[in-house]
Amino acid sequence: MSTVALTEAHHGSAVGREWSGAAPKRIVTGYGFWIFILSDMVMFSAFFATYAVLQGQTAGGPTGHDLFDLRNVAIETAFLLASSFTCGLASIAADTRNKSGFQTAMAVTCAFGLGFLFLEGREFASLVIGGAGPSRSAFLSAFFTLVGCHGLHVSAGILWLLTIMAQVFTKGFRSDIRRRILCFALFWHALDIIWIAVFTVVYLLGSAA
Amino acid sequence: MLGKLTWAAIPFDQPIPMVASGVVVLAILSVLGWGVIRGHLPYLWQEWITSVDHKRIGVMYALLAMVMLLRGFADAIMMRAQQSLAFHSQGFLPPEHYDQIFSAHGTIMIFFVAMPFMIGLMNFVVPLQLGVRDVAFPTLNSVGFWLTATGALLVNISLVIGEFARTGWLPYPPLSELAYSPGVGVDYYLWSLEISGVGTLVAGINLVTTVLKIRTKGMNYLRMPMFCWTTLATNLLIVAAFPILTATLAMLLLDRYLGFHFFTNEAGGNMMMFMNLIWAWGHPEVYILVLPAFGIFSEVISTFSGKPLFGYRSMVLATMAICILSFLVWLHHFFTMGAGADVNAIFGIATMIIAVPTGVKVFNWLFTMYGGKVRFQQPLLWSLGFMVTFIIGGMTGVLMAVPPANFLLHNSLFLIAHFHNVLIGGMLFGAFAGYTYWFPKAFGFKLHEGLGKAAFWCWLVGFYVAFMPLYVLGLLGMTRRMQHYDLPQWHPWLIVAACGAALIMCGIALQIVQLVVSIRQRAKLRDCSGDPWDGRSLEWATASPPPAFNFAVLPEVSGEDAYWALKQRAAGRSWPDEEPRYRDIEIPRNSATGFVCAFFATIMGFALIWQIWWMVAAGAIGAFATFVVFAWRDHDEDTIPADEVARLDRSNRTQRHAMLTREAAE
Amino acid sequence: MSNGLEEADNAVDLAPGDEHAEGGVGLRVIGYLTGLGLAILLTATSFFIAGTDLVWQPSIPVALVVLAIAQMGVHLVFFLHITTGPDNTNNVLALAFGVLIVLLVMCGSLWIMANLNHNMMPMDQLMQMQR
Repeated sequence: MSTVALTEAHHGSAVGREWSGAAPKRIVTGYGFWIFILSDMVMFSAFFATYAVLQGQTAGGPTGHDLFDLRNVAIETAFLLASSFTCGLASIAADTRNKSGFQTAMAVTCAFGLGFLFLEGREFASLVIGGAGPSRSAFLSAFFTLVGCHGLHVSAGILWLLTIMAQVFTKGFRSDIRRRILCFALFWHALDIIWIAVFTVVYLLGSAA
Repeated sequence: MLGKLTWAAIPFDQPIPMVASGVVVLAILSVLGWGVIRGHLPYLWQEWITSVDHKRIGVMYALLAMVMLLRGFADAIMMRAQQSLAFHSQGFLPPEHYDQIFSAHGTIMIFFVAMPFMIGLMNFVVPLQLGVRDVAFPTLNSVGFWLTATGALLVNISLVIGEFARTGWLPYPPLSELAYSPGVGVDYYLWSLEISGVGTLVAGINLVTTVLKIRTKGMNYLRMPMFCWTTLATNLLIVAAFPILTATLAMLLLDRYLGFHFFTNEAGGNMMMFMNLIWAWGHPEVYILVLPAFGIFSEVISTFSGKPLFGYRSMVLATMAICILSFLVWLHHFFTMGAGADVNAIFGIATMIIAVPTGVKVFNWLFTMYGGKVRFQQPLLWSLGFMVTFIIGGMTGVLMAVPPANFLLHNSLFLIAHFHNVLIGGMLFGAFAGYTYWFPKAFGFKLHEGLGKAAFWCWLVGFYVAFMPLYVLGLLGMTRRMQHYDLPQWHPWLIVAACGAALIMCGIALQIVQLVVSIRQRAKLRDCSGDPWDGRSLEWATASPPPAFNFAVLPEVSGEDAYWALKQRAAGRSWPDEEPRYRDIEIPRNSATGFVCAFFATIMGFALIWQIWWMVAAGAIGAFATFVVFAWRDHDEDTIPADEVARLDRSNRTQRHAMLTREAAE
Repeated sequence: MSNGLEEADNAVDLAPGDEHAEGGVGLRVIGYLTGLGLAILLTATSFFIAGTDLVWQPSIPVALVVLAIAQMGVHLVFFLHITTGPDNTNNVLALAFGVLIVLLVMCGSLWIMANLNHNMMPMDQLMQMQR
């Protein structure tokens, strides 16, 4: 959608208290995605609230203290944090139109993300096999849903990441593709922020109990 | 191979759903057939189905809402008929059907009538009022609409293939859990709402971003029309509340499909958590429904009084206050669940506080009319009907906000009367006011005035006759959703209520006739100037209907009531003033993404309901493929050459010149 | 060198996630490194505190929450570039609104459910009575 017919400077701001016209596309897209991320945070808060309420409902089964392996969680956290950093490097590479740097940084991000998913999948599998699956108790239902929802988001992020890598490979740093890179970075960093809440509330506080 | 789906899913032995679905299928086939025979399909595909134009999408949303209103109202008529007959009798609807009917009635009315109607009006009007060409994310807009249509489709399919939920419009556990609802009914409800919920969220993100980031030059926040403010508040609520609905319904799905224990009776589940979360969504939802109506009334009342809106800033404050406060009251939907006196008291007080900003708005509307030259045309009639009706509904709400009173009235017909009072009087009358007000803008001709007024009176009187008895019945102790009863005191009131429903049916019939007649008399009812009501905001500066690009040159705004100021300035000058310099305009290209995405969503939804897992996978792959194909396109805009822009704009300018000259001569 | 702001001037809103490109690549990388370093520090502290006996036990939950908030802050500032400048006002306001809703949902739910659980008979006891 075009606002080409308008004056040029100071778009999207209230410079001198006068609104200067529609904001540039990058800002519009970024802001819209920011709003989406906030809505996603609210969805996670519903899962968090449910987890907090159902935490003690172990129905005679295992508790967090019995089940959580903090070493595994520490490695998962390190992977995700590192992937956030490399994603930041990818953003810089995109801004400087550095194709090889971008693809490398994104590939490393993907690797860290996959590593995270592998460790989490392994943890889930061992819990289920050990009789501590989500249908064992309300606590475990809430645990699997909250942590699993985060994992699903990471998986979707990886799919998206690969699609973007393919797009940059074939079409380069077109402005719409750079907007998508901006949105992806927002998404990926937001996922790490949610993970902070997850490992603090679920794993650290849960195993102390 | 086909999961749980067998021929037994079709209720061949039940006449009512078979006849109803037969009629609907026949209607759909005849419309499609007519479209094919007359060669309209390419036009429909290019101009409507793949359109990303906010005006077209808004009209389609409203059309969906009006069609679903007929389905929801049919359910209502059946309920009223059943209850007026079922005194010492089983009536004509056995409980398993009656339960599905009231559940479908509520679900359809809230999610597929009220929401689409309001979102449609916001979509159509807001970019025009902000003086811009489209919303922030046009293709996403189309996706949102078609996903909503998918949800509506799935709910309607449940009529003929399978069954619908029997839990009421909010599926409280443990009744909605697999143990007590083993059929597919609740699954239809859940998947349909999860899918359309995505559509609603998308619309919410779109409109928030549009209002905050896409306005024409000079349109500061405090110069926006009031409808844009209420749009902002509404969509902030959508963005904040709908994720809670998504999460809660997902948890119920996990319980039902994978044996989780969120809300079950065993293994530590807590059903009260469902009520808590669902109403944390549910209360903001009702403000999502009514705030756009408030915005419509602000527009209509100021236009038809010929005065600017009284107390604009206090209206803005009141709107944003309602936005925040609506998140502080949700427990009042389950006072009786046992939270204790202190919790109940705090939420009760918060509920009463939220009535204050609404009161501010009502007074501002009244003061807007005071001293104005009031024209009692259709949109204003709906607004006046709203003001009286909504105030009564609001007062009964404040009454029920008192926890001890609530303990008597919770889930009685008093509650039913209250929420229909505010929903019909508030939201639906607002929708009709918006419909009659903006119809000429959308289609280029007005709606027949006489038939519209008749429809209004049938609706208004019919509403009171249908729902005031329900207040009495609630106080007489009648609970909601009763399939039969034995108390003779209740019977006469229920018969009166049924008569009211019949009156409303006349109102609806008149509205349908009005539409048909208006289309046939459209030459006589034509809106030539684009400004049939002597409007005050920028949408009336465009032609009726506006060209795809809305404004040939985006206007510059320097105060409230931007178009009114433009008219005053134009009146003071000689006409015609010089033509603007026309330039090429880029508009977003149409895309089948929304429709195709929804197609796969329908397949996925249906397959998930009937547990046909290979079909789920196919649908998911298709949806992802659609996303990738969309992401891969190279051209997302079309250019309209400056000559074409000039041609379209010149004809509008000539018409306006003619109108202004005529008015000057009068 | 630009990050998509060619169309606009100074004193213009920034997209969330964008930062002003004045510093050049080196400075931006240092920004991300700083964020990484701080985050590692805070995360390691969290894990340490959770497992140790060196801290007064009742304070552990509070300390963990504070550390978590600090980590989120580090992410917001160093990775998401959300600042309090005038070019970020809309982004901060949206974030504040989101945080408000999250707090309302979480604290409201916890308070309400605590009250409900306190006053209402637990489900398994009810089920026992049914049998």
